[in-house]
Amino acid sequence: MKQQELEKSKEYKYGFTTDIESIRAPKGLNEEVIKFISNIKKEPQWMLDWRLKAFSRLKNLKEPNWQKPKYPKINYQDLYYYSAPKSASDKPKNLSEVDPKLIETYKKLGIPLQEQKRLSGIAVDAVFDSVSVATTFKDELTKKGIIFCPISEAIRNHPDLVKKYLGSVIPITDHYFATLNSAVFTDGSFVYIPEGVRCPMELSTYFRINASETGQFERTLIIADKGSYVSYLEGCTAPMRDENQLHAANVELVALDDAEIKYSTVQNWYPGDKDGKGGIYNFVTKRGACRGKNSKISWTQVETGSAITWKYPSCILQGDNSVGEFYSIAITNNHQKADTGTKMIHLGKNTKSKIISKGISAGYADNTYRGLVKINSKANNARNYTQCDSLLMGNKCGAHTIPYIENKNSTANIEHEATTSKISEEQLFYCNQRGLNQEEAVSLIVNGFCKEVLQQLPMEFAVEAQKLVGISLEGSVG
Amino acid sequence: MLDISNLSASIEGKKILKNFDLKIKPGEIHAIMGPNGSGKSTLANILSGRKGYEIEGKAFYEGKNLLEIPIEERAQKGIFLAFQYPIEIPGVNTNIFLKTSLNTIRKFRGLKELDSLDFLKLVREKSKNLKIQEKILSRQLNVGFSGGEKKKNEILQMTLLEPKLAILDETDSGLDIDALKIVSDGVNSLRNKNRSFLIITHYQRLLDYIKPDFVHVLVNGKIVKTGNSDLARELEKDGYEGVTETK
Repeated sequence: MKQQELEKSKEYKYGFTTDIESIRAPKGLNEEVIKFISNIKKEPQWMLDWRLKAFSRLKNLKEPNWQKPKYPKINYQDLYYYSAPKSASDKPKNLSEVDPKLIETYKKLGIPLQEQKRLSGIAVDAVFDSVSVATTFKDELTKKGIIFCPISEAIRNHPDLVKKYLGSVIPITDHYFATLNSAVFTDGSFVYIPEGVRCPMELSTYFRINASETGQFERTLIIADKGSYVSYLEGCTAPMRDENQLHAANVELVALDDAEIKYSTVQNWYPGDKDGKGGIYNFVTKRGACRGKNSKISWTQVETGSAITWKYPSCILQGDNSVGEFYSIAITNNHQKADTGTKMIHLGKNTKSKIISKGISAGYADNTYRGLVKINSKANNARNYTQCDSLLMGNKCGAHTIPYIENKNSTANIEHEATTSKISEEQLFYCNQRGLNQEEAVSLIVNGFCKEVLQQLPMEFAVEAQKLVGISLEGSVG
Repeated sequence: MLDISNLSASIEGKKILKNFDLKIKPGEIHAIMGPNGSGKSTLANILSGRKGYEIEGKAFYEGKNLLEIPIEERAQKGIFLAFQYPIEIPGVNTNIFLKTSLNTIRKFRGLKELDSLDFLKLVREKSKNLKIQEKILSRQLNVGFSGGEKKKNEILQMTLLEPKLAILDETDSGLDIDALKIVSDGVNSLRNKNRSFLIITHYQRLLDYIKPDFVHVLVNGKIVKTGNSDLARELEKDGYEGVTETK
C-alpha cells in the first residue's frame, strides 16, 4: 500500500500529514474571525482592540512585491486563520506507525529516541515524564523571576509587560505580513528576563520538550531587562510539515541597558517536492531593538527548509555602544528560493554591527542575500563589517548579493566583503578518492564553508545542524 | 593485485589508451614513463575512477572487476592516487579532512575510528617524517600551499591511509631536490611485500631514489618497452625516440 506516497516522501525527509481538525475558525479574513481567535484565547478587550486596529490598517496595505522570489497570488479569504492543535487520540501511538523515512532522518540527525517520538507527534508515554521535566525547568526559571510562557498566557497574566512592549519594535503599521500577523496571530512565546538575571539555561532546552503547535501566525516577544542575558533557540533540525502554506511570524526582541539576547533559529519547514510543487512560504518579520546602552542582540539562523524563505532579522542599534550581529546560513536546493539578510540600523554612538552570511544554492534554486546597513547622522563612530559568501553547486542555480549601505555620518567605518565559489567535480573527485562518498564529500565541503556561522549555535544544536546541512543537499550532485 | 588487459580509453572521441596491458603483483614497484600526451595521467585517472572516459577492455583489482567499483570504494579497498595537481578545498581544515578520510577508511577495514587525540598524535609523527610544518595542517586544504607542500601533503595522506596500491601521478614534478628526497623516503618507508606502487613520471631522477622493479615506456597509449631500472637511465640518455627505435 501507499507505495506512491512512500516514493514521494523519499525525496524529502518528512513523512506524515496532519489530519484536518474539527475545531477551527471558518475560512476567511474578517473581524468575526479575529474576534473568534481573541475569544478562544480568552483575551482582554485591549488585545482585541489592538488586533482590530491592525486589521483596519491592513485593509490599506498592499503586499510588497520587490523581492526576488515571486509566488502565485495568495487568496487571503481562502485561508483558515485558526485551528485547534490535535488531540492525543488522533496522534500515532508509536514509532512503527510513523513513516520509516522520517525515522531514518531523525537517526541521521542523531535525535534521541524519546525526542523522535515527540517530534513525530506521538503521545509521549509514561516512562518519559515530560511534564515533570518541564516543571523542573519552570521551577528553576520562576525562582529567578524569569517569565517564559505562551504569549496568550502572558496577555492574560502579564498585561503591563505585553502592553508596553508588544508592537514596540514591529509596529502594527509596519508592512503587510507583519500587520497581518498582528491581526490574526494565534500563539507563540513570551520571555521576560528581570534586571541583572542571567538565564541559567538555553531556553531551547525547555522548548524542545514542550514545543507546542503554534501554527502559521506565530508571535514571539522577548524582553531582556537591564543587565540580563538570555539565549533562545527557535525551531528544530527535524523536518517539519504543516498544512498551512503561508507562515508569517513576527518576532520582537527588546534589550535594555547592558542586556544581551542571543536568538538562534533552525528552520526546516517542508520545502516542496523536487519539482517545486508545494512547500511553505516562510515570510517572517524578526526585529530586535537594542534600546539600552551597551546592549547586544545576536541573530543566528540556519535556513534549510521552505519553498520560499523571505526574512531579514534586524537590529535597531538605538543605545550608545550597542552591538548587533547577524550570522546566517541559507541553503536552497531543487526549486527552493530564499531572499534573506538583515538590516542594521545604527542610531546610537559607537554602535557596532557584524554580518556573516553564507548562501548555498543547488539544483534549480535561487538564493539572494539582501541587507541594509544604515548609519544615522548622530551615530558617531559606528562600525559595520559585512561578509557575504555564496556557494554554488551545479550550473542551474543562482546566487545574488544585494547590500544596501546608507551612511549619513562621516565618522562611520563600513566594510563589505563578498565571494562566490562553486563546488567543482574536481573537489568531489578528490574527496571520493580519499574514501568519502558523494554525500559525505558535499557535507564536508559545505560545513567547512559555513563553519563561522555553525560555531555561533548553542553546542547541543551545532552537531545536529552540521548533519542537517549535509542532509539538505542530498541528491544535489552526481 | 592489478591485472589490466586490452584496455582502451577515449575521451570526447579521442583514443588515449590503446589496447593497454599491465600486471602488478603485490610488493612490486612499477614505473611508467613517457612523453607528454602519451596517456600516463589517463591511466591514473581510470584506475582511480574519474568519470568522463569511454572504456573498453578489462581491469581486475584483487580479482574483482575494477571498472565497476565506485570511486570511494576503490579508495576504501586500498587504491590511492597521489594527485598531480591536488585541488584546493576552501573552508575545509586539512586536519579535519585527513581525519575524516582516515576514519572512513579505517571503518571500512573494520578498525576502530581514531578520536581527535589519537589522530593528532599519529598525524604529528607522520608529518614530522615528511618535514611538514604542523601549522600547515590547520590551514584550509591545499589553499595557499606551495607546490612542494601540496605534493608532500599527498604523500602524508598516503602514509596515513596505508594503501595496497599507490599510484603516484607525477609527484616529482615541481619538487626541488630536497623535497624529492623526502618524498622518496616516504615512499620507500611504505614499501613492503604486500604493497604495490605505480609511479608515473617524466624524469628518471625520481627513480634514482625509488628503485622500481619494472620500468615501462608508454608512447601513444601503449607500452612499447618494458625493462628494469636500467631502462630509465637509457631513456634519460637517449630520449623516448631513441629507446623506442631500438625496439
